[in-house]
Parts: sequence; structure tokens; C-alpha cells
Amino acid sequence: MAKKKFVVGCFDDEDLLFPAVRKVRTVGYKIHDIYTPFPVHGLDHAMGLRETSLHTAGFIYGITGTTTALSCISWILTKDWPLNIGGKPHFALPAWIPITFELTVLFAAVGMVLTFCYLCQLAPFVKKHRFHLRATDDLFVMVIECTDKTNTDDLKSFLSNAGAVETELQIAEADWWVGSYDKDEVPFENTNEIAA
Amino acid sequence: MASIKEQFEVPSKLKTWSYALIGIGALALLAGFFKSGMSKDEHEQAIFIGTVMYNTIFWTLVCNASMFFICITTLAMGGWQQSFRRVPEAISTMVPIFGSITLAVLLYVAFAGKHQIYHWLDTDAVNNDPILKGKSGFLNLKFFVFWTTLAIGLWSLLGYRMRILSSEADKGAFDNVSGAKFIFQNTVRASMFIAWFGLTVGSTIPWLWMMSITPHWYSTMYSWYTFMSSFVSGMSLIALWVVYLKNKGYLEYTNQEHLHDLGKFMFAFSIFWTYLWFSQYMLIWYANIPEETVYFKTRVQGAYKGIFFFNLIINFLCPLLILMKRDAKRNYTLITFMGVLILFGHWIDFYQMVMGSISKDHVTLGWLDFGVLSLFVGLMILFVAKGLASKPLIAKYHPFLKESIIHHT
Repeated sequence: MAKKKFVVGCFDDEDLLFPAVRKVRTVGYKIHDIYTPFPVHGLDHAMGLRETSLHTAGFIYGITGTTTALSCISWILTKDWPLNIGGKPHFALPAWIPITFELTVLFAAVGMVLTFCYLCQLAPFVKKHRFHLRATDDLFVMVIECTDKTNTDDLKSFLSNAGAVETELQIAEADWWVGSYDKDEVPFENTNEIAA
Repeated sequence: MASIKEQFEVPSKLKTWSYALIGIGALALLAGFFKSGMSKDEHEQAIFIGTVMYNTIFWTLVCNASMFFICITTLAMGGWQQSFRRVPEAISTMVPIFGSITLAVLLYVAFAGKHQIYHWLDTDAVNNDPILKGKSGFLNLKFFVFWTTLAIGLWSLLGYRMRILSSEADKGAFDNVSGAKFIFQNTVRASMFIAWFGLTVGSTIPWLWMMSITPHWYSTMYSWYTFMSSFVSGMSLIALWVVYLKNKGYLEYTNQEHLHDLGKFMFAFSIFWTYLWFSQYMLIWYANIPEETVYFKTRVQGAYKGIFFFNLIINFLCPLLILMKRDAKRNYTLITFMGVLILFGHWIDFYQMVMGSISKDHVTLGWLDFGVLSLFVGLMILFVAKGLASKPLIAKYHPFLKESIIHHT
């Protein structure tokens, strides 16, 4: 558990977000992540994220499924327990293809889901800091990681100039933790005011 | 808008190449005609006719698949294909040309009573054969001639009506009302084509033209299988023309994103083709009923064994492994290579479907096949280039054009 300093800039327009990302990267600030209400095409390229290797993992899982199915069935039906099924040869490849296909898909699908969860750090009871709740509603939330030398006021005004409608400084947990939100953090600083 | 190259000019090099291919093809066709077509031996004759037949059927169906692609994307309200839509349109102008060649060949076979190709044309044989007698409501001369003529005629007509409507988008900007009306008219005409396409390519025509060469055998998968063969080849042909035009500096609005989607079609439908291939094969293999296995006997255990499995490798394994990666589908060189490979693979597929039934005991693949192929490729290149030159390459005022320009996968 390591707390870090972040500057959060909220944009209300996709068209402002892209130039802002470009400006932030040219100046050299480190983007922690950008949270958007919906998938934004091309944002990964703009942020300079590398291509995911999830599909390579999927291919390997699929191949594993194929090998498992074929070696398992062929060992059982030709060596371990040969059966005469409708007079077909023991090594009846066409009959095995559907099962091979199913196992390939099963291994690839389950493996990729688990890998995806691992890469995104998603699991039951695993929590991560939410920088802005309206990221799930209507705001594009850009989170910039600060170092000791970062002048946060400069950064805030820089983001405002780039079109951010709201900027704030947050000191937050950068990693995941196991727990629950209602005990670990107060969703709104001004909960009482809203209630009142 | 002003700076883009809208008008395709047919390069002289392309003309020279297509004339050369047509020349070689015509020579091979003549040589084949004098060697086999005029032969007293009926089997030799059937090989010559069969060779011309599968080539012309293959190219007709492949070019018709272009119009199917236009119609299906129109009905799906797709916008991404607008930036290169004139390419499949130009390819579909080949349907009347190849269609009339197919019609001539098939009508000749039917009226000359070539029972080495269509055994059911022999009325004496049909009368003494309960199976053929049972099928004679479908497999008879009158219906064959009627349905073949109607099919080719309506593909040409309905495709022509789609292309005419597309030219409206060159004339001037639409407002909201006329634009909506234009899109609605497109969907109406596209659905007419699709309905007819389903009744013909999707079901009856492959049964009638190709499956009936082995009249005792039947497979309900056959038409879908043939249709997928021609569709995936059609997509490859579109991709090849798009890459060619990009190389020549046309189609400025088409980029890797569009190529990626074309590549996805080539990849996905290669696998769907294999699914149908396997479904047809496994059920027959499993049931092992003589009247059904007769089709696979010559192909899996007979002379066509090599071609049959070679076909599976280049039409399934190669697209699966080569086109699987995202980068491969966005790479112009790889898409060109795979386009040629898939077209060749499905041409071989049509070859074994037709010739595996006509010449059961020996594989006839040779100079005649490649000669006739070069004739059809030459004609295709020449007339598609002319089709491309006859219209602007971009339908400037199409309401969905912007969607295609900003397309992102």
C-alpha cells in the first residue's frame, strides 16, 4: 500500500480530450490512466499504450485446449479403453473434431477471461481508488501521476487551459486493496451537505 | 474534396496484361476444343465441357457475391464500405457477362443432352431408376432451362437496378427528406436482390448446376457450401481490387481500417466454409450409407485424395494461421497474398466438386484448366477496370460516406 499524489482533470468533451492528451504527453507529464464513460476509439493510441498481448495468450490457451482434447481422446480410445463404436476405426478423427473444437474454445475463453481479470486487477472484493464518480456518467477523467518535484498548481492550471472543466489534487492509493468502499473511503467529501 | 482522384483511368499496362491473359486463354480453349471437345470419345468431350463449366460457374458466382456484399451491407445499414463501394459495384458488372457465358454453356449441355455430365437428361435411364424418377419434378430439362435463365436474368437485372440507384449519389447533395428516401430505396432494392439470391445461390442453383452431376447423391449443405466458397472468394477479389487501386493512388478515403474489415471477412468466412465442409463430411462419414458416401469415395479414397486435402489446407489452415493476427489483416502485402491464395483455393474447390464427378478415375488438372482460368481472369480484369472507369470512384453525396471516412476498428 503506497499512497501517491495525483492531479485529476475532468473533461466534458471527447473532442477536447484528444488534444489535451497530446499536450500533456508533449510536455512530459505521466498519465496514470484516463477513465471514460464509454470506450473511446483511438484513445489507447493517443495515450501511447502498447498493443495488448491478451490475444497471444488466447492463442496459447486455445492450442493447449486442442492438444489436451486430441491427446486425451486418442489415448483413451486407442490405448486405454478401445471400444468398437459402429464399426468405426479406433482412431476416428472426424468424430473427435467437435469435442476438440469445444475444448479449444473453452480453454481459450476461460483462460482469456481470467487473464483479462488479472491484467485489469479485477476480482471479487478487490477494490481500487475511484478518482471521480462521474467517470461512469458523463465526464472524461484524466489522472496524472505527480512526483515530488511536480508543481501541482502549475499542472492544475495547465489542465484547465487544455479544457478541463474541473481539476483537483488527490492523495490516493495507487494499487488495489481488499476491502469495501463504504468503510475505506467516503465517496463524497460533502456527503453531509447533500443530505442537508 | 477537390483534391481527390475521383476518376479511374484504365492504365495501358493493365489492358496489355488482360489482353495477354485473354489471348492465352482463347488459345488454350481452342486447343482444348480441337483436342477434347471435337473428340469422338464422349468422356473426353465431357472433360472439356466440364472444365469450361466449372470455370464459368465459379466466376459468375464470385462476381455475384460482390453484389450480395453490397446488398447485405446496405440492409445492415452499414456505412464503412461506402469509401470503396464502387469496387464491388464494378465487379458485379461482370454478372451479365459471365452469366451469359454460363447460360450458353449450360443450355448447350441441356439441349444437346450431354448425359455424361447430367445423367438425369437421359430419359430412358430416368424411367428405369426409381431414385431419379422421384427427383424428376426438380431435375428435368424444362425446369433446368427455366430456372437457370430466370436466375441469371434476375441477378443481372436486380444488380443493375442497385447500380443505377448508386449513381444518384453522384448528382448532388441530399437533404434530410431525399436522403432518407434514397436510403429506403436502397434497402428495398437490396432486399429484392437478397430474396432472389436466397432462392437461387443460397439453395437451388448449386443443387441444379453442380450437385446434379451426381444425381443419386444429395446433401442439403451443398448450396451453403458452394455459396460460402464463392462469397469468401468474392471478398478476396474485392480486397485485391482495393489494394490495386490504393497502389495506383486512388481511393484516398480507404485505409487500413477498411482493409482490416475486409480481412476479417476473408478470415471469418474461410472458417465458416470449413464449418460447412466438415458438417457435410462428418455426417456422411458417421452414417456411412453407401448412397451418401458415393460422393466422397472418389474424393477421399480415390484419385482426388491429394486435391481434396490440399483444398482443405489452403482454404482453412492458411487463412486460419496467417490471417489470425490483427497486423496481418492490416498488411497490404499479406492481404494480397492471401487474396490470391483463397481465390486459387476455392477455384480448386470448384474444380474437384465438378470434375471429381465427371472424371472419377483420374485427375484432369492441367494446361486446359489453367488456360480457361486465364481467359476468365483476363476478361474479369478488363471489364472490371472498364466498370471502374465508367463511374466516379467515390459516391460523393452518399449520406453514409462520412461514416466510412472516419471508420475505425
